[in-house]
Amino acid sequence: MESINARFKLDWPGFTLDVDLALPGRGVTALFGHSGSGKTTLLRCLAGLERPSHGRLEFKGQIWQDEKTWLPTHQRPIGYVFQEASLFAHLNVLGNLNFGLKRSATAQRVGLEQAIELLGIGHLLEREPDTLSGGERQRVGIARALAVGPEILLMDEPLAALDLKRKQEILPYLERLHDELAIPVIYVSHSPDEVARLADHIVAMDGGRVVADGPLVETLARLDLPIRLGEDVGVVLDATVGEIDAEWHLARVDFAGGSLWTRDRGLPTGKHVRVRVLARDVSLAVHHPEPSSIQNVLEGTVESMGADDHPGLLLVRVQVGASQLVARLTRRSAAQLGIAPGLPISVQIKSVALME
Amino acid sequence: MLTDSDLQAIWLTTRLAGITTVILLLVGTPIAWLLARSRSWWKGPLGAVVALPLVLPPSVLGFYLLLAMGPQGPVGQLTASLGLGVLPFTFWGLVVASSFYSLPFMVQPLQNAFEGIGERPLEVAATLRASPLDTFFSVVLPLAKPGFITAGVLTFAHTVGEFGVVLMIGGNIPGVTRVASVQIYDHVEAMEYADAHRLAAVMLIFSFTVLLAMYLRRPKPVKGE
Repeated sequence: MESINARFKLDWPGFTLDVDLALPGRGVTALFGHSGSGKTTLLRCLAGLERPSHGRLEFKGQIWQDEKTWLPTHQRPIGYVFQEASLFAHLNVLGNLNFGLKRSATAQRVGLEQAIELLGIGHLLEREPDTLSGGERQRVGIARALAVGPEILLMDEPLAALDLKRKQEILPYLERLHDELAIPVIYVSHSPDEVARLADHIVAMDGGRVVADGPLVETLARLDLPIRLGEDVGVVLDATVGEIDAEWHLARVDFAGGSLWTRDRGLPTGKHVRVRVLARDVSLAVHHPEPSSIQNVLEGTVESMGADDHPGLLLVRVQVGASQLVARLTRRSAAQLGIAPGLPISVQIKSVALME
Repeated sequence: MLTDSDLQAIWLTTRLAGITTVILLLVGTPIAWLLARSRSWWKGPLGAVVALPLVLPPSVLGFYLLLAMGPQGPVGQLTASLGLGVLPFTFWGLVVASSFYSLPFMVQPLQNAFEGIGERPLEVAATLRASPLDTFFSVVLPLAKPGFITAGVLTFAHTVGEFGVVLMIGGNIPGVTRVASVQIYDHVEAMEYADAHRLAAVMLIFSFTVLLAMYLRRPKPVKGE
């Protein structure tokens, strides 16, 4: 169900945005790209904070912008989270949360309570913004955007201004948003890790244009993704916790095509998780390998091969059951192994990252 | 201590400065907002016009205002046709002249305060459903409060201290246009140095106190967050 149709043309000195997109009306869509790729500008166009000279924007059947129509930002049913929390300095936390609530026809008090609960800021309500930590400020900023009862949440790199520790503090809340929000979220990020954790759908941008667009799992498994991910090339698998091995502190996660063992992080069996497997952590063997320190060995078939950033390297996509994994090899080892589409192959996975 | 005519002059001065400050708050705020927000070509010329009283001799400003408000001037003909008479040598003539004379002292601190707020809080307010007018009253005014205090105090104090424009427009009519600075001039002209001293000391103490209060409470700069 595509429910956001956006077409924008915008010409600035030294920068052009030219996109024509259909975005899903549910789940988290990541606008992904390097800085200067136009992802924030696109988000601002969706919010009406930029007014492109040519554009058409339709949200769930409503026209927000076309040749005749221009819905100003304050009349769009959006929630917007800025890179810096940008809390109003003259209001305390509750005042900030109430600001939009008071002015929104669709907001309900229960929405505010949910937002406070979801972001865990109940103990901060009477505080002044300048007494909060960066992470707390951003949580308030997100809750403030949710409190207006938006029909879509737009987030502009909400973690970019935070250090690693604060990021780790907020990510679990964002994962909860992903699980609990019924409204679509557009999430701007330049971090492959955040995208792999949070997104269902990805729009990759470069130079003001969309260069790839599709569901996350399939898009990340593409070998011809036109943006350079470097060390972050890899796939994401949807999986379920299948078994906990208490003796060795390991958990087995099952995905369509096999199982992987990973460190037990205390998740209950049956829990849906995401597993991220980076191409650099995957190696291939033509014969089933001798016992080694690598625990995870899967059987698959070479599906296709593609160029990597470095001329000495090669990306190989392997079909494992219904899933696909990507391995990074040197061209020499690929030649020596005789890697070619259709070749049965053993896939060894050194490590996987488990994401809730 | 102070004579009755001194007290009358001080009261007149206070009234003039108070009314001028109120008028300039109403007139100067939109001008400062335009100057802070606009990217239009006329922003430069408008800013220069607003700043003119800073560098013009008060007599020049007073001269043009006298011509404009006099019976032959466009403003004078307008006020006459409205049945208000002509403004020179009246209290309200002084108010009009003071408003021009003190305009930059209102507009420039406000413009700085508005520029210091930046674009972001306005965008945040828009994403939280506030219309531009609503945003001005619920976000800009509270954030610019230190700027309003500075602008108001400076405008008031500067109007109290004006002399040249008063003399050109108002002359020296007791109880109508004879403000404290003119009264001191009269005392000196009449060789009443003791009287001049007393009134001058009042002015000096007033001005120092106002400025001291402002420097002591030196408002925190408005931060982006």
